[in-house]
Amino acid sequence: MEILESGMGELIQPYDLDEFREWNRTKKSRKLIDKRMSEQEAIQQFVYDGCYIGTELYGTVRAPMSLAREVVRQNKKDLRVCGQGVLELDLWLAAGLIKKLDITYIGLEVYGIPPSLRRAVESGQVESCVEWSNASITWRMKAAAMGVPFLPARSMLGTDMLKYSAAKVVEDPFTGIKVALVPALILDVALIHVQRSDMYGNCQIEGITGFALEMSRACKRLVISAEEIVPIEEIRKYPDHTVIPYYLVDAVVHAPFGSYPGEMAYMYGRDEPGIKEWVDMSASAEGANEYLDKYVFGVKNHDAYLELVGKERLKQAVENREKREA
Amino acid sequence: MNGPTYSKTELMICVAARLFEDSTTCFIGTGIPMLAAMLAVKTTAPNLVPVFEFGGLGAILEELPRAVGEARTFHKGISALGICDTMETAQRGFIDYGFLGGAQIDPFGNLNSVTIGNHDHPKVRLPGSGGGNDVGSFCWKTIAIMQHDARRFIPKVDFLTTPGFLTGPGSRETAGLPPGTGPAYVVSTMALMDYEPATCRMRLRALYPGVSEQEVVANTGFELVMPDTIEAIPAPSTEELRLLREEIDPLKFYI
Repeated sequence: MEILESGMGELIQPYDLDEFREWNRTKKSRKLIDKRMSEQEAIQQFVYDGCYIGTELYGTVRAPMSLAREVVRQNKKDLRVCGQGVLELDLWLAAGLIKKLDITYIGLEVYGIPPSLRRAVESGQVESCVEWSNASITWRMKAAAMGVPFLPARSMLGTDMLKYSAAKVVEDPFTGIKVALVPALILDVALIHVQRSDMYGNCQIEGITGFALEMSRACKRLVISAEEIVPIEEIRKYPDHTVIPYYLVDAVVHAPFGSYPGEMAYMYGRDEPGIKEWVDMSASAEGANEYLDKYVFGVKNHDAYLELVGKERLKQAVENREKREA
Repeated sequence: MNGPTYSKTELMICVAARLFEDSTTCFIGTGIPMLAAMLAVKTTAPNLVPVFEFGGLGAILEELPRAVGEARTFHKGISALGICDTMETAQRGFIDYGFLGGAQIDPFGNLNSVTIGNHDHPKVRLPGSGGGNDVGSFCWKTIAIMQHDARRFIPKVDFLTTPGFLTGPGSRETAGLPPGTGPAYVVSTMALMDYEPATCRMRLRALYPGVSEQEVVANTGFELVMPDTIEAIPAPSTEELRLLREEIDPLKFYI
């Protein structure tokens, strides 16, 4: 197949599908094992300096915020990250943990461009930004999830996105139309927050699934945090709600309000003042550090964080949740 | 006779809202597009199907979503799936409209939301494409919503993030983008623009109340195609303003 155009972005996480198969054969147990642990243990055991890591969904929506703060607390450095992020990747950028980015969107939504992204990229602290669209990065994970080397897409064509990505343009050998081939993305580690899991890692999500299906199947290590840990019998009552089966999972961390100050569909809504606090403080590097000192380094773990936030605000967030029609 | 007073942003939202067609599918991004979609549903397009990239489809937009993934994007919705389903639905031709924003736009409707200056050593790092490139690649018609000034309306965008008509007629198809897709309108803070079919270049279509042709020209960093007659956009009605202020954005996130 003739390559018509090659993106000059670095493939910052090269893939080896047969190695991934072997990994899945030998390193991922099919036994039902109790995988519960503290966030401290989970991050210590599975996240390492220089690893390629991703989080799902994003900052203010079903995001693994408690795990993201623990990554900062343990100062895991030189991270190569795919994102898609709001508060969680912003914290990592502010803490100087990110070395390379497969970037799709890192923004503060209604509040605009994140100053911590600007500081980290414009200063050169982040060494490279390889550009991808939201669809293409997810299809990269989908390719890995399918166990195939790439997927063809009709996205990014004709633009600088293609040029600054690591995609390649070819002619479809069947019809002759041009397509962009997006390479499989196998993450070293993924962090995903869900509504409920059992101790083995069978996970159920309510509301949109974002890219949880793709990411959970495209990573070597998967750390789950869950609002509730339920008996497997509960999972078996609603197997149609299970989106991540246990054998994909390496650690299960119990994290009520794990997505706070973001939201969790049908459980709690976003805490606007809580989000705004980061937006305002991260305007300067000093402010961002102050925030990290207070909400990350100043508390020992997620429980202590929730204590600092206080019952009133959490109660308010629960009241603001999306409610199902009776 | 003087009508009600209103801001530029309120007018822009009204102009965008009036472009929605009833019973169509439409990709909605964060911000002004969300307000415009809500106003459209309450006025001219009650059966609009809002599509949010992370999986929300067919929501009843009772409260303003503040993010494209939050629960209001699937409130009483038809489905809450994931990004693959949404993007694949768009890729196979099911999404009629896409509303987009950007930091820069050029005469062919190409948008930039990645970097100002050189990509590898940017003067300003912007958030990135997100779903913007996909929306601009797949939707049948895209509508850009922009602040109107000569720093944003420029001859060539610093980084071509979301494809408009690229370099002119036929270039989208040559690049491999699905035929028949592309930009339809630009809603700015001063005027409504469309594209001249023969050249694919941006064309002034209608002026907002109190804005002159000269003002638009002075605030556009490239030559706009001028039609034989320039239409006049009606000011927001009392009802549109009431809906916006009392029902859509009472907490004043945007207006």
